Amino acid sequence: MEKFIRHTGVGVPLRRSNVDTDQIIPAVYLKRVSRTGFEDALFAAWRGDESFILNQPAFRHGSVLVAGSDFGTGSSREHAVWALKDYGFKAVLSSRFADIFRGNSGKQGLLTGELAQSDIELIWKVLENAPGTEVTVDLEQRQVRCGDVVAPMQVDDYTRWRLMEGLDDIGLTSRHVDAIADFEASRPTHKPRTLV
Amino acid sequence: MGKTLAEKVWDAHVVRRAEGEPDLLYIDLHLVHEVTSPQAFEGLRLAGREVRRPDLTIATEDHNTPTVDIDKPIADITSRTQIETLRRNCQEFGVRLHPLGDAEQGIVHVVGPQLGLTQPGLTVVCGDSHTSTHGAFGALAFGIGTSEVEHVLATQTLPLRPFKTMAINVEGALRQGTTAKDIILAVIAKIGTGGGQGYVLEYRGEAIRSLSMEARMTICNMSIEAGARAGMIAPDQTTFDYIQGRPHAPQDKDWDAALEYWKTLRTDDDAVFDAEVTIDATELEPFVTWGTNPGQGLPLSSSVPDPESMADESERAAALRALEYMDLQPGTPLREIAVDTVFIGSCTNGRIEDLRAAAAVIKGRRKAESVRVLVVPGSFRVRAQAESEGLDQVFKDFGAEWRHAGCSMCLGMNPDQLAPGERSASTSNRNFEGRQGKGGRTHLVSPLVAAATSVRGTLSSPADLETSAT
Ligand code: SF4
Repeated sequence: MEKFIRHTGVGVPLRRSNVDTDQIIPAVYLKRVSRTGFEDALFAAWRGDESFILNQPAFRHGSVLVAGSDFGTGSSREHAVWALKDYGFKAVLSSRFADIFRGNSGKQGLLTGELAQSDIELIWKVLENAPGTEVTVDLEQRQVRCGDVVAPMQVDDYTRWRLMEGLDDIGLTSRHVDAIADFEASRPTHKPRTLV
Repeated sequence: MGKTLAEKVWDAHVVRRAEGEPDLLYIDLHLVHEVTSPQAFEGLRLAGREVRRPDLTIATEDHNTPTVDIDKPIADITSRTQIETLRRNCQEFGVRLHPLGDAEQGIVHVVGPQLGLTQPGLTVVCGDSHTSTHGAFGALAFGIGTSEVEHVLATQTLPLRPFKTMAINVEGALRQGTTAKDIILAVIAKIGTGGGQGYVLEYRGEAIRSLSMEARMTICNMSIEAGARAGMIAPDQTTFDYIQGRPHAPQDKDWDAALEYWKTLRTDDDAVFDAEVTIDATELEPFVTWGTNPGQGLPLSSSVPDPESMADESERAAALRALEYMDLQPGTPLREIAVDTVFIGSCTNGRIEDLRAAAAVIKGRRKAESVRVLVVPGSFRVRAQAESEGLDQVFKDFGAEWRHAGCSMCLGMNPDQLAPGERSASTSNRNFEGRQGKGGRTHLVSPLVAAATSVRGTLSSPADLETSAT
């Protein structure tokens, strides 16, 4: 997983609350066998609407999603995170996230930063008045900067450490590879093996 | 203080324990199938990782496989893609695979025990909730999600927080005509579909001790329907006899060492469970479900319940909705419910003993005109064994369809599905809305009840056949 310390990219104001994972990625896309290439599936139902924010040229290449409260509710599908990442998003900012979505994001290296709703509103205004404005998400400083808005961002210590170190779950476990090898060395010989 | 069986197995697999962190648990056996593995393998590929222990990993094709014309290409594109992807992944990462048509192919939870890979004291995982089946051997076995599948492939471990333990004491002896399926349906009706949440269930007591391995697997299989992550039964002579001589059973000195270890795998007398439930086996009758979750079950001799009589608000609402979906009227005797299809199979009841039990009931009879009967062995080997015993002929003479191995109508990912509005008596494990096909209605039953139902056309037990014959 790539280390995340600070990211600057075009901010996308998504003025909706309660965006559930079915809206992030509809169920029909779950039949796929790949883990990448979900960019077309992101917000699929809304993308048909020309006025949808991602269809506007200034926002098309956005990488920081600034959303309403309760982002990522509903089903636990990890595909929602894959779709956001594949599209190019590095961070999602909201005043509140659904737990499972936040957990899944952390595992995949997508930053979910919690901001006060009043700060979200301020950033929305900046982005809407000057489409294409960049947002800096500074994980090290736990701060978001956009235009003249400087807002504190909440990320728990553990997630912050993992993202800054670039460690996914497997990466974390791999730090204990010696303990795993020791354990394996002491496994009894009567345990079964699938290959002969 | 002593330890429970689950705690013993857990403790024997802790690779690393640190304050405030989940335990890192070693996984002895990882079972893989086509539906939940593609993104896990792709994740490995994207990160440039390998499968750490291909020798503790085995794959089979089951969920999507057709049960007729298995030598022809699979028509459904999604199904075919999933299967082809599994084949490519297994080849690339060096994982042993039993593809459709292979002598060891079958439902993942039938294949593991049959090969002798499932053994007491192991940790077993699979990207499938019914992995709890393997707990029948005294293994700690549970289903995992796709990210966890990738984690196990890469590290052969999982970070986990310990489960709580619950004893399910099934006291007394089962009556004639009552089976393991009736025990577990009664347990789920008693504790509810959420009653086991966060627990490992350990099934104990006289009735459990007297069960065969097949029957124990039926019980552990459905632990997940009570919300539990896993179910376990302490290994005993029945377990050892089942394993001995199977392809992956320990040999010679290893067998002696294994046996010595396996005999320690029981809950200590002074161990304390976090919860206990007791069921009187002598009072059990054949059990069937009337609703749309496995906890909505009753003895076959009763009638469709009246939601209005239910005190609990959410239970009443669920029952109302279930009866509407199932198109049933309160007060209708369960025995009068007519079915269109009987499905005998799945990882719950698709083993040889289940087929023998069903065949014994129907032998020499004809199925009811109105009923379609599908018999789907749990594995290629079960099918071969049944054929060597002439069971296939019994089913065919009866008018049933004798199919190839796989999950089939348990979840209808292949073409074996109920049509909208059709009603089935099914030996599988889930009666959720649309589980066996969109709009399909499912009654969960034992193989004995399935067989008798296919004779009479309405939900029945073998005892009903005797009374109608005289
Ligand atoms: S038989 Fe049914 S429950 Fe068992 S693994 Fe297959 S689909 Fe799942």
